[in-house]
Amino acid sequence: MNTHSHSEKLLLSGDEAVARGAWEAGVRVAAAYPGTPSTEILEALAPLPEVDAQWSVNEKVAYEVAYGAAIGGVRALTACKHVGLNVAMDPLMTSAYTGINAGFVVVVADDPGLHSSQNEQDTRWVGLYGKLPILEPSDPAEALEFTKLAFELSEQFDTPVLLRLTTRVAHSKQDVAVGMRVAGPHKAFRVDAAKYVMVPRHAGPRHAVVEARLAQLRDHAEQTPLNRVELRGRQLGFVTSGVSYLYVRELFPDASVLKLGFSYPFCDDKIRAFAAQVQALVVVEELDPFIETHLRALGLPLRAKHPSFQVGELRPEFIPAIVRGEEKQVKPFPARKPVLCPGCAHRAVFTVLRDLKLVVAGDIGCYTLGASPPLASVHTCLCMGSGFTIHEGFRRAHVHGDRVVGVLGDSTFVHSGITGLINAVYNRVKGVLLILDNGTTAMTGAQHHPATGKTIREEPTQKLVLEDLCRACGADHVDVVDAMDTGLFRRTLEQRLQDDALSVIIARSPCWQLVRTRHAPPEFRREQCQQCYECLEIDCPALSKAADGMIQIDPARCTGCNLCVDRCAYEALLPLRAEPDADSCPGTCG
Amino acid sequence: MEPRTYNMLFCGVGGQGVLKAAEICGLAALRAGYHVRKAEVHGMSQRGGSVESHLRFGAEVFSPLIPAGQADFVVSFDRIEGAKFQDALKPGGVHFNRYLPLLRKHGIDPRFENTFFLGVLSRFLPLAREVWLAALAQGFARAPDENRRIFLLGAETDLGDGT
Ligand SMILES: Cc1ncc(C[n+]2csc(CCOP(=O)(O)OP(=O)(O)O)c2C)c(N)n1
Ligand code: SF4
Ligand code: SF4
Repeated sequence: MNTHSHSEKLLLSGDEAVARGAWEAGVRVAAAYPGTPSTEILEALAPLPEVDAQWSVNEKVAYEVAYGAAIGGVRALTACKHVGLNVAMDPLMTSAYTGINAGFVVVVADDPGLHSSQNEQDTRWVGLYGKLPILEPSDPAEALEFTKLAFELSEQFDTPVLLRLTTRVAHSKQDVAVGMRVAGPHKAFRVDAAKYVMVPRHAGPRHAVVEARLAQLRDHAEQTPLNRVELRGRQLGFVTSGVSYLYVRELFPDASVLKLGFSYPFCDDKIRAFAAQVQALVVVEELDPFIETHLRALGLPLRAKHPSFQVGELRPEFIPAIVRGEEKQVKPFPARKPVLCPGCAHRAVFTVLRDLKLVVAGDIGCYTLGASPPLASVHTCLCMGSGFTIHEGFRRAHVHGDRVVGVLGDSTFVHSGITGLINAVYNRVKGVLLILDNGTTAMTGAQHHPATGKTIREEPTQKLVLEDLCRACGADHVDVVDAMDTGLFRRTLEQRLQDDALSVIIARSPCWQLVRTRHAPPEFRREQCQQCYECLEIDCPALSKAADGMIQIDPARCTGCNLCVDRCAYEALLPLRAEPDADSCPGTCG
Repeated sequence: MEPRTYNMLFCGVGGQGVLKAAEICGLAALRAGYHVRKAEVHGMSQRGGSVESHLRFGAEVFSPLIPAGQADFVVSFDRIEGAKFQDALKPGGVHFNRYLPLLRKHGIDPRFENTFFLGVLSRFLPLAREVWLAALAQGFARAPDENRRIFLLGAETDLGDGT
């Protein structure tokens, strides 16, 4: 992000616009753990010299670091995806009680339509539950403006402010007018135990402060121009927020709209006055009936979407059906299934797990792609860190004996897998836990974490040595193997499954996208091929069945990893390794 | 500046440069003074999944997603992916599946297919040549000469359909 340009227009994504808005507002500390679609906020802040930015170990840590900076006297921001906020819920709920000192903005990006997430939770309920104000921009231009405003509101009302995005706001781009940075406050922390030390004696009075503040925020909601009445035709009056507002404007350009940019607490008077001016009130919102529930409680007659629209993202063409009260009709839309990259070391590991017919308690990361056939060797995926703990549950259930392993990635292990390992040691469970260490947070686009030894700015830092940590936690055996060496990995795993011990195996090999080394593709010998298609069982996208039933290798995609070679019992695939060739990518890929 | 809105749906599979093509088209429209909106899904593109990006520009544009049946162009880099978006196209819109054979005909390196198709697209849009070339230079840090050459090939070659 070019911070020198001002009074000009840049094509910014919602995430980049939040970063720009925070920078313009004088933010000094920003902390996050990556998560689609929020990751690019910190990536855009990291290079800016005025901002102390970090990838934190997880969202709870990020929240607390940013909160600490805010009560410590400077404007601070944390950002996460919707499920990331679940991890930070503990500090969030009580930070509502303490309030802040300098401005504190919590950016949360929901993912309606599950573009890259494990659930479709609607973060707006957190405003209600945590008694915190929510600002909801509709597009990148508003994301910039609302971020700046969020810092001001945070200080004005002494509260953390939630800035809620959705995928279509975070990842859409728009021409955005940018401005310059203000210095931002520099306020000393005043020792005030009644405000910052939340013991029962203090928390009681602070709860009363929270309720009083909510009443003030309600008044503010009535005044703020973010809740905007646009009167046009009076037959239809829409109440809407976020990207849904843009869909309504697109499809019903002549209708009246009450746009809720400050979407919690609600502006009841404004809503009632608007309802009185239109013939039919229609609520259009994505995911849960958040606005609808409130308006019904106000006793307003209204039309809202059929419950079938609560599942999946809203699309502009759905709006007329919503207005008519119809059920959702969607044609199934065949999307190509994503697969592990050619050359990915996760593929090697899952091939072995499948061959050994193990029950695999999995986790979230690129390796979750190992769940789809023909690999089909990830059998659970719940939330980050659960690979090890679900493994423990399986062991304790004693139904599958010792044919169970727990699997998670290196970034996930540091995020929330360590506690599961310690729990297993402490509670004396036996078993085998695998850490797939590809040296990055690949799923979200390759971010650093403590075990890569680099910071968000690519600066060297103390490297967390996973094997030392696992030993320190008390695992009986810790093996480190090359993940691409399927023979060694298999032997090690079989041995450890037999041991009456708690073992950790670190399967290490860098994410292919980081190294991009290419070797010559294996040679395919037609005359040897028995058409058993055993090689296709590893699900490599560079390998396919040709029209004549023979195997074909796509030389543009094959990395020459030779994983398929080992699968062939008839020597129809022969390794043809030349010296490694650094990928000569001209940077044209998306 | 033309008052109407132009709607382009770029699609293909991860690694084909679909998002980059949409980005450069957006930068060109921005340089020409239009209001621009773009929507896309990141995340799985690197791992070979379906990729789509919606790009819209005009005097005033609301939705970042092109409503079904309103795309002027489906710029497809893959026949199967392109075919899925038949319903996205407005009557009389241009579907780039018909231009896919040109890639082979001209022996376009897969890494430059997006540049070639931007050249083809440029013939239909009210954006000046200089604006396109500037956006191309902004969007591709590497291989500027080759990108320019292939863009111009797409912009000038016989499309074989009288366009
Ligand atoms: C609480 C939470 N935070 C963030 C995410 C987004 N996310 C999914 S997997 C993942 C980490 C993947 O890294 P790693 O475990 O190293 O596996 P890899 O993708 O590298 O194979 C992240 C950040 C999430 N799903 N849940
Ligand atoms: S990005 Fe890396 S970890 Fe993810 S599938 Fe590709 S090679 Fe594997
Ligand atoms: S060597 Fe085989 S498994 Fe490896 S990338 Fe090439 S085709 Fe795929």
